[in-house]
Amino acid sequence: MKDRTFLRGVRNGIPIALGYLSVSFSFGIMAAAQGMTVWQAVLISLLSVTSAGQLAGLQIMQSPGQYMAMLISQLTINLRYAFMGISLSQKTDEHFTGKYRWLLATFITDEIFAMACAEESVSARYYAGLAVLPYSGWALGTLLGALLGSVLPPLVMNALCLAMYGMFVAIVVPRVQKEKPLFLVVLAAALLMCICHYMIPALSAGLAISLCAVLAALLGACFFPAAEKEGVQ
Amino acid sequence: MNNHEFWIYLGIMALSTYLIRAIPFVLLRKKIRNPFIRSFLYYIPYTVLTVMTVPGALYATGHALTAAAGLIAAVFIAAKGKSLTVVAAGACLCTFVSELMLTIL
Repeated sequence: MKDRTFLRGVRNGIPIALGYLSVSFSFGIMAAAQGMTVWQAVLISLLSVTSAGQLAGLQIMQSPGQYMAMLISQLTINLRYAFMGISLSQKTDEHFTGKYRWLLATFITDEIFAMACAEESVSARYYAGLAVLPYSGWALGTLLGALLGSVLPPLVMNALCLAMYGMFVAIVVPRVQKEKPLFLVVLAAALLMCICHYMIPALSAGLAISLCAVLAALLGACFFPAAEKEGVQ
Repeated sequence: MNNHEFWIYLGIMALSTYLIRAIPFVLLRKKIRNPFIRSFLYYIPYTVLTVMTVPGALYATGHALTAAAGLIAAVFIAAKGKSLTVVAAGACLCTFVSELMLTIL
């Protein structure tokens, strides 16, 4: 009986794992393109498990000594996980406590969280099962990307670098189509970022990302506070 | 970046990412009710993904034009409601084809 809960999780994790495999492949290629070794790229993926955070981290690592920028960017970009954690903690069953939470918190990602939320009650076993394949896929994809990144012709590498951005677009666009306030907030974020990028080049990429994302979200919260009906549920 | 710096960067990344996931998950059980905070939190993932893509994605390939082609393809495919993998693959393919065209021309 207990094994079936775990296995059901594993099965539900398959589509996430396939998506992660292709996206982390693109991360591995980008890391290799920036001169990272294969094991460095894989370590980042194993310890972070966050697409946007890792991409920003990669950009920051290009310049030396930006430790504060790294910290701020990671905290801002990954802030959403804090709220997914709060949200998830209200759906967990009575055994999913203490050490299980410390252990499985690593696997709070957008997709795993979304999948877990479809459950009435989430057990530690189910969550662990759900996380196994996506986590492996994330690491394996990074490994393959970093390995092949130095072998593939630049034309192919360039094209594959767009996979991660493609995933970002795939998350944002369908929601934006349905919600006008979100569209305006996202538009404001893009404008702010363009201003920072083209007019304030002194601002580091990591800080600009944090600043613009927070500012646009604050504007959204001020002007469209009711827009989050099915949001952080 | 030397090896020493890599470890510091990795440490900051891994630790901050882990703690921001673990601490609220372990400690908090109460629901946030403040509508301002709730909507702020709702918008954050989308604004983050947007500022990471615009204009950064334009510089991910060899040429801003080919990246733009891939991005526009991604927006169109995503607007049709296709899955993450299909959108990502479409973006790559479109970038690849336009890079190829740019090399030939």
